[in-house]
Amino acid sequence: MKIGKLMPIVLPVLWLAVLGSAMQVIYARHNARNMFVHLEKLNAERDSLEMEWGRLQLEQSYWSSHAFVERVASAKLQMSLPQTHDVRIVRP
Amino acid sequence: MKSRSSVKPRCGEYDAQAKSYRWRSSVVLGLVVLGAFGLAARAVELQLLDHGFLAKQGDDRSMRVVKIAAHRGAITDRAGEPLAISTPVDSVWVNPQELNDNIDQLPKLAKALKQDPQFLARRITSNLDREFLYLVRHMPPDQAGHIKALGIPGVNLLREYRRYYPAGEVAGHVVGFTTIDDTGQEGLELCFDQLLNGEDGAKRVIQDLYGRYVENVESIRAPRPGRDLVTSIDLRIQYLAYRELKAAMQEYRAQAGSVIVIDVDTGEVLAMVNQPSYNPNDREQLKPGLYRNRAATDIFEPGSSIKPFIMAAALASGQYRVDSVVDTSPGFLKVGTKVFEDETNLGTVDLATILAKSSNVGTAKVALSLKPEQIWKTLTGLGLGQVTGSGYPGESAGMLSSYAHWRPIGIATLSHGYGLSVTPLQLAHAYATLGAGGIKRPLSFERVSGPVPGEQVLDPKVAHELVQLMEQVIEKGGTATRAAVVGYRVSGKTGTAWKSFAGGYSTDKYMAVFAGLVPASHPKIATVVVIDEPSGDLHQGGTVAAPVFANVMSGALRLMDVPPDDLQNVPAATLVQASDTQ
Repeated sequence: MKIGKLMPIVLPVLWLAVLGSAMQVIYARHNARNMFVHLEKLNAERDSLEMEWGRLQLEQSYWSSHAFVERVASAKLQMSLPQTHDVRIVRP
Repeated sequence: MKSRSSVKPRCGEYDAQAKSYRWRSSVVLGLVVLGAFGLAARAVELQLLDHGFLAKQGDDRSMRVVKIAAHRGAITDRAGEPLAISTPVDSVWVNPQELNDNIDQLPKLAKALKQDPQFLARRITSNLDREFLYLVRHMPPDQAGHIKALGIPGVNLLREYRRYYPAGEVAGHVVGFTTIDDTGQEGLELCFDQLLNGEDGAKRVIQDLYGRYVENVESIRAPRPGRDLVTSIDLRIQYLAYRELKAAMQEYRAQAGSVIVIDVDTGEVLAMVNQPSYNPNDREQLKPGLYRNRAATDIFEPGSSIKPFIMAAALASGQYRVDSVVDTSPGFLKVGTKVFEDETNLGTVDLATILAKSSNVGTAKVALSLKPEQIWKTLTGLGLGQVTGSGYPGESAGMLSSYAHWRPIGIATLSHGYGLSVTPLQLAHAYATLGAGGIKRPLSFERVSGPVPGEQVLDPKVAHELVQLMEQVIEKGGTATRAAVVGYRVSGKTGTAWKSFAGGYSTDKYMAVFAGLVPASHPKIATVVVIDEPSGDLHQGGTVAAPVFANVMSGALRLMDVPPDDLQNVPAATLVQASDTQ
């Protein structure tokens, strides 16, 4: 009896709620896609940065590799390891 | 209508006519209603009953789930220097069926790939039953981009990661390498594969008729990148060991060699090198003979380098003290059918001299006077005949038979290092245990922080006495004077073992070994140098292996900031009082 009386008000409200939530779903879905596209773009950016980072790391480890440093030091700069008699040990 | 207007119909006729019209309209109405019901039923069928099936069919034609390759973790040395890193690359793959429909584009593709067009055509046509075929693996991304830009249908790229080893040959064995599919195959890459390996992710995309990705729809699973591994290796010491071993190999024209450096306090492996070596960046070089990590997998008879362990058993038994003497005259000893001899008759000597002169007779006499169980217990306690617990793949346990089967001749043979076999890694571990005051710590290839608990396998007093005894080996008159390091006390033992082959022992093929601890007053580093078949005039452990030890150690001690403990024996000219300098 009471429900019957409220029907004319409840029904439109529920209809509006359904409509509203449907719009929300569309909006959220759209938003999610947009954000995913953005994420993909950032991922691609990260990948290219990672590539560069890897390349730089390799380059750095090549230039700083012991064999290379030793070669340059002895051949180009005429450096040599100090012999035992060249070393001074400082006593505290 | 015309007939109605011209001929006035009678009443009855008109009724009949109206009746027939009503009948028709109800049929039409019925048909319309039926049609509507039919449509509604079909709509219900499509929307409610078959919806899942149809939606799936639709998605199958456009939606794709694609793999996102995960990044494999890097391997670095203890200071963070990269030993293995992954960089993204692209692999070019084709769908042979699709490409075959555009076969006229093939020369263009072959040119871009720098491949022979005929060879490429043959590969395509002989794989027509397949839908996936790699053309080139691991191309630099910018080059692969050009291939993709040609826009040939059926040609696709796959993002993968390629492993680079910046240290190359220097750390080749210890780091190991991965398969082309980026899973560990050898060495630490295999040992820590689970940790390093990431988990591939997946995403859903919408694809058009030509296989192009139109839209990224959603992420199903984010890729989980692999974790980085910080190893215990110190690349500086590793390089030093590599360089010195390589030089020694060339100088003595040896077949193979290994050097292992262990941190006594933590059980960390600071360096592990082998010769011959290989460059892991070049897959052409990956031949089993080259990439076998001899230090962990190859067993050999350690020869005299085992004598300190016999002395350890003697001291631990309580039957001997540091100053006990043994009569080694007349310089040979007959046990059963076999004669053991020294180079000269040493007479009555103490334990330190037995080690310093590497007396076979003295060691055999000591060993024979002990209970076999005591010797076995000491050797096993030091880890001989067992894997070291490092978890290194392919590690051998060596061989040590049970004392129940030992006869006197066997004990005498064992006492100078024959009839049992060890890996270089095991030998280094045993020396590290001696250096650590008898505490056996598990070997680790991962960097560890903080104190490492270990198992007390030898009385600390015995271990300390033994380290002191072994110092005489390096001092004047010992067998390894060339192992001396200026400013530091060194403790160690040489070994020169004949190599065994089927049917007996070779008389001209040797293993030259030196195992040592520095600084002797408080050991910090344990090192083993093994050189296999030095073929020059020199072949003894003291002349071939000891100099490598000395060179590596003088560098390593400096790199690790270990203060000198032997300033008395340093030439006066090299010493400077701090106040003398500015």
